[in-house]
Amino acid sequence: MALYSEKVMDHFTNPRNVGKIEDADGIGEVGNAKCGDIMKIYLKIEKDVITDVKFNTFGCGSAIASSSMATELIKGKPISEALELTNKAVAEALDGLPAHKMHCSVLAEEAIRAAIKDYYDKNGISYDKSQFPDPHDEEEEHNFEQD
Amino acid sequence: MKTIYVDNAATTAMSDTAINAMLPYLKEIYGNPSSLHTAGQIAKEALDSAREKIAECLNCEAREIYFTSGGSEADNQAIRSAALNGARKGKKHIISTAFEHHAVLHTLKKLEKEGFEVTYLDVHSNGLITAAEVEAAIRRDTALVTVMYANNEVGTIQPIREIGDVCRRAGVVFHTDAVQAVGHIPVDVKADNIDMLSLSAHKFHGAKGAGALFVKRGIPLQTFVEGGAQERGKRAGTENLAGIASMAAALQEACENMEINCKKERLLRDKLIAGLLKIPHSKLNGDIENRLPANVNICFEGIEGESLLLLLDAKGICASSGSACTSGSLDPSHVLLALGLPHEVAHGSLRLSLSENNTEEEVEVILEEVPKVVEYLRNISPVWEELEKGSKPHLI
Repeated sequence: MALYSEKVMDHFTNPRNVGKIEDADGIGEVGNAKCGDIMKIYLKIEKDVITDVKFNTFGCGSAIASSSMATELIKGKPISEALELTNKAVAEALDGLPAHKMHCSVLAEEAIRAAIKDYYDKNGISYDKSQFPDPHDEEEEHNFEQD
Repeated sequence: MKTIYVDNAATTAMSDTAINAMLPYLKEIYGNPSSLHTAGQIAKEALDSAREKIAECLNCEAREIYFTSGGSEADNQAIRSAALNGARKGKKHIISTAFEHHAVLHTLKKLEKEGFEVTYLDVHSNGLITAAEVEAAIRRDTALVTVMYANNEVGTIQPIREIGDVCRRAGVVFHTDAVQAVGHIPVDVKADNIDMLSLSAHKFHGAKGAGALFVKRGIPLQTFVEGGAQERGKRAGTENLAGIASMAAALQEACENMEINCKKERLLRDKLIAGLLKIPHSKLNGDIENRLPANVNICFEGIEGESLLLLLDAKGICASSGSACTSGSLDPSHVLLALGLPHEVAHGSLRLSLSENNTEEEVEVILEEVPKVVEYLRNISPVWEELEKGSKPHLI
């Protein structure tokens, strides 16, 4: 299918790290069902390293593929590296996303940040609040509507 | 892997009859129907014959048929023409519905910017409007009523005859976008009280790029493509004779076999609907009675339509969805929203549109594959998880 790269289709049809972690150390959920995308990321963290990560996603092919790729990119990595993951890096690792699907990669970045923030909050770890801006809400997303 | 094509509301495969009908005009009969020489006049005869065939299928006169490039162009010309005619008499009000095709809606939006006022009638949750609602909306300055014959997404068939009757009594021009209806259900412009009607060849196994606009005699039609005397001066441009010939042949064949085709499609449709509704928290969109024989449109809660389509495509099943992601916008189908479906439910819609070429075996495969894909997507869906946990109520 020409809409998506082979990599997107691979990660969509055979998503990595799909599922839940019952005793997760951090959980992040972003998106809105009304807009058609919700991403939920579960993290297992030991000594500042993400030892396991799983996701559940409600959304289109690129949302599922972005979740899958993002989890691959942060698995086994220190938190500091995971926080550096950008939506651009997720999209590039997928060999690109169509312009109107870029918000899917943004969701993946935000879901990971939300999960790390949850881990910090749960464990009373102090952090720089400016690193975790509020994910933009649905209203903003509708601003880049297209024909 | 065998392809199962169930997206016939998007386009259909050309029939052998339609292909054979167009071949002579791609090869030996290449004359321009406007030329005086023999080659041109042979082409002219073919054009006239196609016009007569189409008129016969719609129960109108040949001179009331204007060929266009397709349904969208026919919709544009009909609406703009009626608006212009109305404006000249100081009538700048138009009545339509909220769930028309974009060829109609976008034209109306443009007209609103140009100073027209449009009343968009609300569609009931069953995907229907009533003639009484149209009647109540008609004003002294109403120039046009445009209501689609059958909806392209949910397949509901509007009470066109009654709406036409209301318009005729009020002296208001009535246009219908019948792109999904013509060739599929009986359409008779006289009995249905229709003043203008749009149709498209590729929706009934004809070629793409050919369509027609019926305009009742006595209703002035404005010209938007200038440059020649074709189509009685109403639409310039050398005719797409091959496409037009295929359209006439395809329509004739569709009308001859309509009863058999409808019966077959209805059986397959009802089997699909019954089978798919066995999936928990699913819902049929659109009235079951007043419905195109080939249309199935179902929502599955907790999943998103584009991923459903892609996974079905991976299994060879070509379908369609009203999900936002398939449209390139962030809002789901305006049709499903017009029926009052919540956004999150509308995202999970699946449209299967059949043709007489589909088989029982194909329906069996669909009924086997769709529940598996829905279950898989629900298993990875955080929305479904919340619905199942009870932290959010099921909406359907």
